[in-house]
Amino acid sequence: MLLARLKAGGPAIAKQGILVAFIVFMITFSLMSDRFLSADNIMSVFRQSAIIGVMALGVTIVVIGGNLDLSVGSMLSFATVLVVDLHDKIGPELAIPVMVLATLCLGAINGFLIGILRLNSLIVTLGMLSAIQGLVLIYSGGQNVDIVDQTGTWFAIFGRGAMFGIATPIIIFLGLALVFHVIMTTMPFGRRVHAVGGNPTASIFSGIPRSRVVFMTYLISALCVAIAAIILGSRVMGSQNNVGLGYELQVLAAVILGGTSLLGGSGSILRTVLGVLMLAFIQNGLILMGQPYYTQWLVTWVVIIVAVWLDVAAKRGRLFSPIA
Amino acid sequence: MNVNREPALRLQGIVKTFPGVRALDGVDFEVMPGEVHALLGENGAGKSTLMKVLAGMYQPDEGQIIIAGQKVRMTTPIEAKAQGVILIHQELSLVPEMSAAENIYLGELPRKSLGRVDWKTLEARSNAILKRLRCNFRAEVTVANLSIANQQMVEIARALTVDARVVIFDEPTASLTDAEKVVLFDIINDLKAQGVGIVYISHRMDEIFTLSDRITVLRDGGYRGTLNTADTNEDEVTRLMIGRSLDLSRDEAAREFGKTMLDVRNLTCPGLFENVSFSVRAGEVVGFYGLVGAGRTEIAETLFGLRKPTSGEILVDGETVEIGSPRAAIAMGISLVPENRKEQGLVLQMNCRDNMTLPQVQDLTAGPFLSQGAELAIFDQYRDRLAIKTPSWRQSAGVLSGGNQQKIVIGKWLSMQPRVLIVDEPTRGIDVGSKSEIHQLLRELAAQGYAVIVISSEMPEVLRVSDRIVAMYHGRIMREFSIDEVTEDSLVQAISGITSDTAA
Repeated sequence: MLLARLKAGGPAIAKQGILVAFIVFMITFSLMSDRFLSADNIMSVFRQSAIIGVMALGVTIVVIGGNLDLSVGSMLSFATVLVVDLHDKIGPELAIPVMVLATLCLGAINGFLIGILRLNSLIVTLGMLSAIQGLVLIYSGGQNVDIVDQTGTWFAIFGRGAMFGIATPIIIFLGLALVFHVIMTTMPFGRRVHAVGGNPTASIFSGIPRSRVVFMTYLISALCVAIAAIILGSRVMGSQNNVGLGYELQVLAAVILGGTSLLGGSGSILRTVLGVLMLAFIQNGLILMGQPYYTQWLVTWVVIIVAVWLDVAAKRGRLFSPIA
Repeated sequence: MNVNREPALRLQGIVKTFPGVRALDGVDFEVMPGEVHALLGENGAGKSTLMKVLAGMYQPDEGQIIIAGQKVRMTTPIEAKAQGVILIHQELSLVPEMSAAENIYLGELPRKSLGRVDWKTLEARSNAILKRLRCNFRAEVTVANLSIANQQMVEIARALTVDARVVIFDEPTASLTDAEKVVLFDIINDLKAQGVGIVYISHRMDEIFTLSDRITVLRDGGYRGTLNTADTNEDEVTRLMIGRSLDLSRDEAAREFGKTMLDVRNLTCPGLFENVSFSVRAGEVVGFYGLVGAGRTEIAETLFGLRKPTSGEILVDGETVEIGSPRAAIAMGISLVPENRKEQGLVLQMNCRDNMTLPQVQDLTAGPFLSQGAELAIFDQYRDRLAIKTPSWRQSAGVLSGGNQQKIVIGKWLSMQPRVLIVDEPTRGIDVGSKSEIHQLLRELAAQGYAVIVISSEMPEVLRVSDRIVAMYHGRIMREFSIDEVTEDSLVQAISGITSDTAA
């Protein structure tokens, strides 16, 4: 049995179930499509994963802190529509900071309701998901927005540019991942987030300002959405007013695939990166195999369930268990 | 009698390993019908693992389980229950929103046609069982509205719905009052008279010697022997358990106390405690003794900034202070080792070192980064000083034994160099070995000049560690005793609300 073999290989490998699954997927797809492992294709998968990826970094921190953020999808719509619309009205050098501030305000609302008022994060952010989408439609009057002069603006570097031959979105995603990884593993804030998510009561008894820490995680999540919106707006040079529809689930899927516990207290930024890439490669592989795009929704679901199951089974030591 | 020669349950050579740990190493254990067999061992000795094997929650790697002469394999608690082996959990496993009756027959509610629940039968049967247990509440009542002790009774009632062959009691008296204990012991004796085999797990020696016929001792996952209760004594059992003798004496010279570090005047928090005044001097241990709910923990929480008093004054080192948050309390040099280490003291999935440095994590930095060196220095210092047994600082706190967990929490607060150290129920649920070490430690801390408050519901504990004892009843301080003048009788009277005036 797979699990038995995983266990025989030592606990280290059993914990890396996702890595094993990732490699299995890569091998399978590369056998089925010549193009799958080509440098061009790999680069394009990385580039496409950057938007989900950047958002997933923020959500990982929220989840480690013991909460959820489902509002990131429509927050992305909001931020992208805003930055694209303002680009032609006030210029990119003002549009970007205004959009970032506005998005941080939305994050602050989440943070206030969940961190300070201690409301349930699932309810609050699910409500925000709908409320923000409404806000976007009011703002845009239901119209999609776009940038008229798409070639003459320096705004293009975020989504279309490249440095050292690597597309900017990839640099932003991986760079941000590295920064967040350092924050979460080597700085006091990261330790506090882990503590608050792992045991909120014990954190309070240790003098940790729990409300403030939770508030901060939502600000970080909103900041990530703002960055993702810059990449997206710059790449498309326009935006539909529901462009982020369904992103929240893809983001959450990547976080879960990366092994971050929904119960809070444990998780890893670098493993979220792995989760993001795995989702992206699966979706890319399916498209290369000629599957219609909606097949990936089903496959993504299966992958997540199996990943979660293997993860739980590795912790329990068996595939089925009458007790948790 | 022929029947009685066959053990109701017998374990032979049970081995159970977890990654990196041999939790049970060839353990033999048997319980005869109509026998109370006590299972003893320090935390981490393997009692819980053995119990889970008995109840079908763990499969042993090696060894046999024999029930009434038949070799069996139990892979779930349901199968174990079908074999007549019932575990009564230390931690209650009831559904609080349901009635007592529904909990008693959970999973096997009597049915009518079309699968409807037969409420009449359910309630009649449940009430019959509760009556047998001499419970003074009805089966229709919602469990959440019952006291902890009565909830425990529901848990026991659950065991009586089937023909039990063996009932395992895990620390059943941990949350019971003395009167409730008497009822529990009667029930155990009833079961015993009916030929049920009882496995009784407890840390309390007096209970074990009152109840049991035989005692089996585990240490470090190994079987250390089985003794007839009538032929042994506490010393021998303790030696088997911890591998050495315990020194329970208190031989130290009388000490001078320093200046008053904490002075509390007329502190009031309506409904919790009223007009509480006391002081603690440097080098002194003040014991707070009283029943659960007497307001002791609430006072500690107020001193630690977790509650706001409506009136009264707190002086730390001679200065009047407002303590608005735990952060403020910590800054004033007040540390609280809370009552419940798993819920309030530790982040269980976090490693030992990180748990220990948590309150000062923002100060242990080199530039913006945490200083590994500073963190490890603190961990190493308190691991050595408190003799914390853990293979590495990377071990998550959740897998340590209760005693070691408690030492991590104590280390965490000692490392803050407090002026006033408050410890709430410092030895609840931990084994005698660690208990004695913690008592020793509290005395040493006082000798080093700490002002220490110890809240405890165990009389031997307050008597052993305190220089002064404050007796509380219903949110009020009834009396203060110096350790030289205190007697057990006067303490009991004080915490029962009998003042010395009325008693005299």
